[in-house]
Amino acid sequence: MTRRVIARTLVYLSLIGATLVVLLPLGVVLLTSLKTEKETADGSGALTLPHHPLNLHNYATAFRDGGMLTAFGNTAFILVVSVGGTVLIGSMTAYAIDRFTFRFRKLVVALFLIAALVPGVTTQVATFQIVHSLGMFDTRWAPIALYMGTDIVSIYIFLQFVRSIPISLDEAARLDGANAFTIYRKIIFPLLKPAIATVVIVKGIAVYNDFYIPFLYMPSQDLGVISTSLFRFKGPYSAHWETISAGAVLVILPTLIVFLALQKYIYNGFMRGATR
Amino acid sequence: MARAHPHPHAVAQGAGKASRNTEAQARAQAQARVQAQSPMEAGAGARGLGSKSGTRRAARPPAPRRVRARRLLTPWLFLLAPLALLITFTYAPIANMVAYSFTDWDGVSPELHYTGAENYAEIFTREDLFQVFWVSGYYLAASVIQIVAALYFATILSFSVRFRNFFKGVLFFPSLVNGVAIGFVFLYFFQDGGTFDTVLSLFGYQTDHAWLGTPVSANISLAGVSVWRYLGMNFVLFLGAIQSVPGELYEAAELDGAGRWHQFRYIILPGIRPVLTLTVILSVSGSLSAFEIPYIMTGGATGTETFVIQTVKLAFQFNKTGLASAAAVVLLLIILLVTWVQRRLVPDDRVDLV
Repeated sequence: MTRRVIARTLVYLSLIGATLVVLLPLGVVLLTSLKTEKETADGSGALTLPHHPLNLHNYATAFRDGGMLTAFGNTAFILVVSVGGTVLIGSMTAYAIDRFTFRFRKLVVALFLIAALVPGVTTQVATFQIVHSLGMFDTRWAPIALYMGTDIVSIYIFLQFVRSIPISLDEAARLDGANAFTIYRKIIFPLLKPAIATVVIVKGIAVYNDFYIPFLYMPSQDLGVISTSLFRFKGPYSAHWETISAGAVLVILPTLIVFLALQKYIYNGFMRGATR
Repeated sequence: MARAHPHPHAVAQGAGKASRNTEAQARAQAQARVQAQSPMEAGAGARGLGSKSGTRRAARPPAPRRVRARRLLTPWLFLLAPLALLITFTYAPIANMVAYSFTDWDGVSPELHYTGAENYAEIFTREDLFQVFWVSGYYLAASVIQIVAALYFATILSFSVRFRNFFKGVLFFPSLVNGVAIGFVFLYFFQDGGTFDTVLSLFGYQTDHAWLGTPVSANISLAGVSVWRYLGMNFVLFLGAIQSVPGELYEAAELDGAGRWHQFRYIILPGIRPVLTLTVILSVSGSLSAFEIPYIMTGGATGTETFVIQTVKLAFQFNKTGLASAAAVVLLLIILLVTWVQRRLVPDDRVDLV
């Protein structure tokens, strides 16, 4: 009995320890973001509480001078267009692959399969030249095209769902005179809602957090997304930890809200995305 | 401690061995049905979850020529945009990259010279270029710790624990957080007089060690940040896989007098083997292509340059497109090799796309 008690205590101790390790760095940044410049510099340590817990001055600085407002606008635009495009492209591909037999079908499937194995980070050296030659460099269309064009995982997710839609529905519609596009638009697409939710969540979080692609393809100041705009804090604010912290909290907060609101869907989405 | 109820979705997901077996059986039965119904189509229809392909391609009377032409064309209309994007942004770059890797191109000038395998020789012989592989070692070691810890937390949280959902959420949350924000959070953490020093001084350990100041300490710190960031993702995948193991197995084991360790060793571990191998492979390729955390935090200074940072610098700072392409080809080949090894080791699952 005592051995069980000890084991149980150790389990809880390890969980509390992990919770501290996760939350402490984040909590300290939240505290720092509420401090004044003088408070961060006075050497009182990172764990002291701010004098005025409602001091939002640093957030104003981050928003106004750090360009976070433009950044949120750019991120929102890129996110909506590329997630929308991914949903359309993924569902169309899945529909074509699953519901039709055609010449070179195996080749097409193999092309998508092999592309899934190629990590995007490795090919950017050459992708850069192509994006450049298409005139998309330093525009919002570069990340949009790349997010839409290189997402194989969402095609897998859609494929699983298209397969689970009974073919008899297609056939009934066809007897009523519907053509392939009407079937896709009126029958398949509406039934894909759970898959669409998964793709929107997984892709949305990935796009929101991506740093590499906007960093390479959109160097202009006014084209900053949240990742790159926050990254630029490093120069002008390098000693101003209170401003940098406010910027980081501004970026993390939306993620926290979305996570708390959609927990269940997020867990499932990532499980589907990874174990496809 | 009683076992918590498995999550219904996790069960439906079927990452566990038991459910995979039944799925395979159903698949085999469906296949048999297809073959019985239309032997001609069976070859083309050798698809994974082909349970309804039997009814699908029942012989139709030959359609008029125009209708048939349209039917042949329709799938291509759907695939036009996806294939165009796939070729433009995945295959064309790969082809170009291989071509560039044999030249001395600088990425801008119209002139380039064919240099044979010189770039490849340079990567493997120039010590300053090759040392990035040693940096990957830190991340590889970190991912071992990460997987073991994720496995531990997934196992204990699959049993009923108080505040289970809270702990699950806390462990998982870092994997959703923006990489730049994480970089800054931990720059402050390792700062002189930052979070880490303050916590250490609480325990009476005064230090003014510059955590990101020497190569070994900096790389260990950065690898630690990557454990902080990615542990949650592994943990949730393991948890899902563990919960898809049928609960009766544990009850039976308990009746047989199996302790916790034996339950882990003989029920949980075999049940999550596919997810575990997948995670190992992803960790290996992730360690080799580590970029965000080190680039944001140190920019590759003090010996923390990774393979991808080096490639990006070669290509976009020093205009050595040829050499950078060769480096990228090497990385791509290593990752494909690792993936291929995984497919050989666990040949059974998830090749059901065709």
